[in-house]
Amino acid sequence: MTNEALQELISSWIPDLEYTEEGSQFLNVHVPSERLHELMSQLKNNSETGFDYLFCLSGVDWGEALGVVYHLESTTHRHIIVVKVKTEDRENPILDTVSDIWKTAEFHEREVFDFFGIKFNNHPNLQRLFLTDEWEGFPLRKDYVDDINMIIK
Amino acid sequence: METPTVHSNFKSEEYFINMGPQHPATHGVLRLVLTIDGEIIKKVEPDLGYIHRSIEKMCERDSYQQIVHLTDRMDYLSANINNEAVCLGVENALQLEIPERVKVIRTIIGELTRISSHCLWWGVMGMDVGAITTYFYGFRDREMLNDIFEETCGARLTMNYNVPGGLMFDIHPNFVKRVKKFVAHFKTKIPEYDRLLTGNVIFQKRTKGVGVLSKEDAISFGASGPVARGSGYSCDVRKYHPYSALDKVTFNECLETEGDTFARYCVRIRELWESLSIVEQLIDNIPQGEHRVKTNAVIKLPKGEFYQKVETARGELGMYIISTGTKSPYRLKFRSPGFSNLSLLNHIAVGGKIGDLVATMATLDLVIPDIDR
Repeated sequence: MTNEALQELISSWIPDLEYTEEGSQFLNVHVPSERLHELMSQLKNNSETGFDYLFCLSGVDWGEALGVVYHLESTTHRHIIVVKVKTEDRENPILDTVSDIWKTAEFHEREVFDFFGIKFNNHPNLQRLFLTDEWEGFPLRKDYVDDINMIIK
Repeated sequence: METPTVHSNFKSEEYFINMGPQHPATHGVLRLVLTIDGEIIKKVEPDLGYIHRSIEKMCERDSYQQIVHLTDRMDYLSANINNEAVCLGVENALQLEIPERVKVIRTIIGELTRISSHCLWWGVMGMDVGAITTYFYGFRDREMLNDIFEETCGARLTMNYNVPGGLMFDIHPNFVKRVKKFVAHFKTKIPEYDRLLTGNVIFQKRTKGVGVLSKEDAISFGASGPVARGSGYSCDVRKYHPYSALDKVTFNECLETEGDTFARYCVRIRELWESLSIVEQLIDNIPQGEHRVKTNAVIKLPKGEFYQKVETARGELGMYIISTGTKSPYRLKFRSPGFSNLSLLNHIAVGGKIGDLVATMATLDLVIPDIDR
């Protein structure tokens, strides 16, 4: 499917989503956090989109908001889409998990929780993955300070 | 008459056991917390972070030339392919035209790196299941490649041969001759590998039907590389998103359908042949020309987002750059193949024995710095 066709199809499920190109080769879809799980299960289960391969899940600190970027590929149609979700609550950021849709998300979401402090609703085992349980703060956030371990130029 | 009942002191009990952080079969500092009942595995929980260096955070303050140097500390056995990923990502973002000579050399060295990685894997795979000899055979052939790499760029493992815009130096005058000599040598050695290990009955009994991964699960767990191809899932980045000179060569994607440890083993052995064939197709036709195009001393990527995939020896390495137009990325994420491949370990190891877990882990071919980036 081309990017235009994908955009048309997704608009027929959930209207008023924001689409961008971001100077990249893929179509970017911005989804509000309360519609995330609905959109993701549609993208996976609909036979026309068939996005069954979640190849990259990245946490991003946008400054004013925290967010997650999902890179999806279909192994049958071989098209790629990027889904972005943001939450403006930096104190207690919560998003829905997609680990029930793609099993690989379980580990990747734990990594995001570890480094960005984003909690995922209904995640089966949301614990720190790399850092110790008593670690304070979330290192990949832009406002993280560590005078000992970080070299700032 | 009343039948005698089994007394409570025969009751089986679940308990925890640590495998690692220092364990020869984890190939690095990986700790697995096993829940076992007797010899049967009930749960495998990886405990990570022993060598996490937060490369992604370091990238946010480094220039793009410096980032290249960090990447070969991730999957050090595919060091050159990791370097290539960053260079390709930067070059595509800048829309630089790269000379054909560079593309061909990158592909040749990339495939040699894959062979060298698979040689090491084959050696330690044999050792993990109790065959010491394979270790020396694998390292003997890998040594020839390391010598070639050393002559080319001065380093044997963490090569740093690629820079954004091309290669750091041109190839050594001996390069073509030595690679041809290696190809001829290695063609006689792969059948030896098969005679030593592949056809061995004990080895087959240890690996066939062990750690079975279905195609659906492989996709859902984000598996890639030989792990996914052993389950019949066609996912070779070199086929679907060809980069460098890979669109000019013909090769087969190696697929097996059983999804067990032996299938993953066979995929890697067949990949050795395919990589040799790619090297053979290119080695006589290295085009003349520049080995590097000029770039600015300070590389600033345009504002936007860029994604680059390459196929390392372990699977799909992705690099996701968010740039705000400065000399460092705003955010850089590495999607490492080992991390996703590790996540499926619990799924395929449960129900097996501890010895099976060792064989299964050997064919997942984990490199821990790739997981703990």
